[in-house]
Formats: sequence, structure tokens, C-alpha cells
Amino acid sequence: MTAVDPAAVAPGLDAPDLPPRRSRVWAKLRRNPAAIAGGGIVLFFAAVAVLAPVLPVPGPAEADWSAVRAAPSAAHPLGTDELGRDVLARMVWGAQASLLAGVVSVAIALLLGVPLGVLAGYRRGWIDAVISRFTEALLAAPFLILAIAFAAFLGPSLTNAMIAIGLSAMPLFVRLARGQTMAVMTEDYVESARAIGVGHLATVGRYVLPNIVPPLLVQATLTIATAIIAEASLSFLGLGQQPPAPSWGSMLNVAKNYLEVAPWMALWPGIAIFLVVLGFNLLGDGLRDALDPRDL
Amino acid sequence: MLAFLARRVLVAIPTVVLISMLVFGLQHLLPGDPILVMAGEERDPEVIALLREKYRMDDPIPVQYLAWIGNALTGDLGTSLRTQQPVLELIGEKLPVTLQLALMALVVAVCIGIPAGVISAYRKGTWVDWLANLVALSGLSVPNFWLGIMLILLVSVRLGWLPASGYAPFSDDPLRSIQVMAMPAVVLGTGLAATLMRHTRSAMLGVLRADYVRTARAKGLSERRVVIRHALRNALVPVVTVTTILFGELLAGAVLTEQIFTIPGFGKLVVDAVFNRDYAVVQGIVLCTGVAFVAMNILSDALYRVLNPRMGEVA
Repeated sequence: MTAVDPAAVAPGLDAPDLPPRRSRVWAKLRRNPAAIAGGGIVLFFAAVAVLAPVLPVPGPAEADWSAVRAAPSAAHPLGTDELGRDVLARMVWGAQASLLAGVVSVAIALLLGVPLGVLAGYRRGWIDAVISRFTEALLAAPFLILAIAFAAFLGPSLTNAMIAIGLSAMPLFVRLARGQTMAVMTEDYVESARAIGVGHLATVGRYVLPNIVPPLLVQATLTIATAIIAEASLSFLGLGQQPPAPSWGSMLNVAKNYLEVAPWMALWPGIAIFLVVLGFNLLGDGLRDALDPRDL
Repeated sequence: MLAFLARRVLVAIPTVVLISMLVFGLQHLLPGDPILVMAGEERDPEVIALLREKYRMDDPIPVQYLAWIGNALTGDLGTSLRTQQPVLELIGEKLPVTLQLALMALVVAVCIGIPAGVISAYRKGTWVDWLANLVALSGLSVPNFWLGIMLILLVSVRLGWLPASGYAPFSDDPLRSIQVMAMPAVVLGTGLAATLMRHTRSAMLGVLRADYVRTARAKGLSERRVVIRHALRNALVPVVTVTTILFGELLAGAVLTEQIFTIPGFGKLVVDAVFNRDYAVVQGIVLCTGVAFVAMNILSDALYRVLNPRMGEVA
């Protein structure tokens, strides 16, 4: 049987005088100054991370032995650390680790969580029961404890920290994708598609996935914020990025030993984590408001 | 209520079994022979053989799991390789320290989060609301270990008001204990205060529009009485249940706080265990936290029914 697109069967359902949904979301997002500020902060840090190799800063491991724990000056605007390395340079290179950890771990959580959640919500029955119980078990352990446990058993490294955070964040996406899929499955257009013989994969690809993307996008943005804090926490504990490679969390781990003599070592990495996490939170909140179907 | 609790406990059993499987499975993530890795520097063949026998490592994995869970059910979560103490005993020793910290953090969070949420909802759309929201979002965005470091720098190093680290048991010297724990409690309570503020604000916004609040105003009651007696009392129902669940989060947050302030609690135990490759302790802690989380969820559901009797009618 040939699959028929229900949208083609009933053309003109979209009100012709309304701009496309994407434009309406963008217009709403633009009117939200907090979301724009959040997006700006995220873009700034992303640009710093990407442009790190061409920015006029020393290498992250380049040590100036004549300026160990030197206070901020013209030569070292944010001071130097216990080995005479430029704090600004390490912050710039550290942005790569933090943003990479945030994005990659959420990508891992999405890649594992969304298929499982869609499968559970689409097939229901025993598959749903097994996946749901598994998700509840993972959600039962606190995020950080679970990430520490995974990182401990996998071994300390940035890659393993990202895997640990991704695995710990996965159940959030399983639950969200499952709930959204179940909601979409009750819509008339999906029932129509199924009734005219559209296959399972085509139904999921054409009707389910496009409709569950907005809430997943919001959750992903907010989870990147959580993942960045988690990576910083693991690196702070020594379970993430390993020295001498820089990361904001590991910089704080060292800085806490020199609070009295070099407080600047602790100040800047913390401010950077705070700002980038605030940026993702503001952007996520803004996206949630802009994508709220009640207002579109 | 008893029937409800029994039903919830029954539903929670598969979750607890899966948590135990997950915790058991962790040791198979270790590269190489888990027993050799778990034994650490211990290379005595007799000890290795004993460990291998204890964990039934020569048996198939399902048999190993059954042996492990059988031991766990009798309270035997293994022995710490470092201290040679039973894991459960170690957790029992450290837990009261963390519970004191978590309770003090909860007090801080409730004292800040709930009034801020009420004021923010009452002044919705004003600069007060905007400021409260910004502060709450900042509270959620600030890494609490950095906040701890900054507070140590300011309060202990610069001003010398409070000690930067240490611990005094509450039973020995309550005043000193509270003094030492004050700064860690503020650090740990900040994130929770922000979450509570957002929940309280959202619940209050719903309640302030309710008919009974309008009626209370129409009766001529003072605004203070309307907000506190009529609105807040009802808005607190979801907040109380959320707080119960978030209490578990506090235990997790304590990991970093205890590390910064050198508090010998549950969190420091897990980090030390990770670095000492004391895997039985790590497994024991994850298992206990998971089971405690499930218990907190059941408690939260039960509290919701107690505070909101209409739930019983629906069920």
C-alpha cells in the first residue's frame, strides 16, 4: 500500500495568514531580553572556545617561572597560577573543555535517551514497562553521585566524565521523549496516518520526531547547563580533565590551595562557569516560553 | 493510607532491584579482572582467592549477582579495602554528619526560598519579582563548590568570622557544631533556596487567583492574613512534597560541600573511596542513596495525600 501524507489529504489546515511557526518562535525569542542576553553569553563563550588557537594568548601549559602566582598585571591580565601559567590563557582553553563536555554529554544523553523514550511511548506494553523501570532506577540515584560512580569505575578523564554525565542525564530524555511520544500518538493526524497504512518508522520519522523536538530542545539547553556544572564538579574532584590540560573545574581544584596568596586563581574560573551556565539557563527558559504552544 | 503505602512499596520493588543490578554492574565497567582491580595493591594470592570466592567470581554473572544481593539484603555490603571496616558500618558512621549538614541547609533554603517566592508572586511583574527571579536563576547557575571557595576567602580568610574547615559533633558541643556547619549549610542551601523560590512562586501565582482567596479578600480580611493564612497554606502543599524529594539532592550536593570544608561525612567518604579505589564503598553508597531516594519519593507521595486529602478521593 502506498503511504499517503495526511497533510496532503487535508491541505489548507494551516491558517494562511499566520507566519510559519519557526518565524513566530524566533519573533517571540527576540522580544525576550533575558533569552537574548543568555544567547549572547553562550555565543561569546562558544566563540572564545572555537577561536582559542588564534587568540593572542599564550599556550595553556606555557609557564613563566619569573611570575609564579603573580597578581593581575598588563602582562597577565588575570594573573598567573602556581606554575606561572597565564590564568586568562588557561580560561580561554578551559572554555573548550567545559563547552565540549556540556554539548557532548547532552548529545550522548539524547542519542541514547530519545530512541529508548520514543520506543517506549510508541510500542507501550512490556517494552515500555522495562524501559520505564530502568529509567526510574537510573533517576533514583542522584545525578552527581551516579556521575561520580560511573567516572570512578570508568577511570578519570574528560572523555569518561562526558560518558558518565551523558549516561546520568539519559533518563531525563527517556522520560521526556516517552511522555511526548505518547501525547503525539493520541493526535488525529497520527491515527489517520496509521489508518492509511503509514509504516512504523515513517510514522515516527514524519510525525512523532518533528513534534517532540521543541520540548527536547528546551530540555537539552537546560541540561547543557547542568552538564557543564557536573563536568566542573568532576574535574574539581579530580575525576574529569587531567592536568596539565586546563578545565575550569580543575583550575578551581588547584586554586583552593592558594586562596590566601593568589585569590585570583579561584575567582575567574568560577565566574566563567557561573556566566556560561546562567547563559544556557536564560536561553533555555526563553526557548521554553517561545515554544509554548499555548502562545503560538 | 496503609493500603496506599503498601501499593507504593510494591511498585518500588522492581526499581530497587534494578538499582541493585546497576550498582552490581558497575564493577564490570572496571578494565581487566574486577577482583585484581578491587584488591588494589593487595597481591597475596590467598587474599585474591578469598575475594574471588566471596564474590563468586568463577560463577556465571547472574549467580554472582544473586550472591551479592543476598549479602546486601543481610546488611553485608562488603568490606572497605582501606579501613577493613564493613561498608554499612562506615556509611552509618558518616551519615549523621551529612544529615546534620543537609538539615541545616534545608533550614537555610526554606528561610530564603519560601518568603522570596511569596513576595515574588505577590509582586508579580514588578522589579521585585524580576530581581527575585534573577537571583534565583543565579542561585541555580552558581557552582556551589565555587561559592564555598569564595565564602571561605571572604568570611574566613579576609574577615576571620568563621572557621574555614573542620567538624564538631553536635552531641559534644552543639554551639560549636552549628558555628562550624553554618557556612557549608549556606553554600549547600543556596541552590535549593533558588529551586524552592521558583516552586513557591509558581504555586502562589495559581493560588492567588483562586476563588477562595477572592472570597477571603471580599470578607475584609487583612492582606497579610489573606496571603499567609489562605494562600500560602494551600500553596505550600506542592512545595512540601518537592522539598522531600529535593532533600535527596542535598545528600548529593554534600559531596562537593564536604570536600571543600573538609567535613568527614557521606560525601567525603565517597570521594575518598573513589581515590582509594575502594569500590565496595562506592557501590554501597550508590545503592544506599538510590534506595533512600526511592523511600523519599514514597514519603513525598504520602505527604501529598496527607496534606491534600482530595487526592485520596481521586485515587
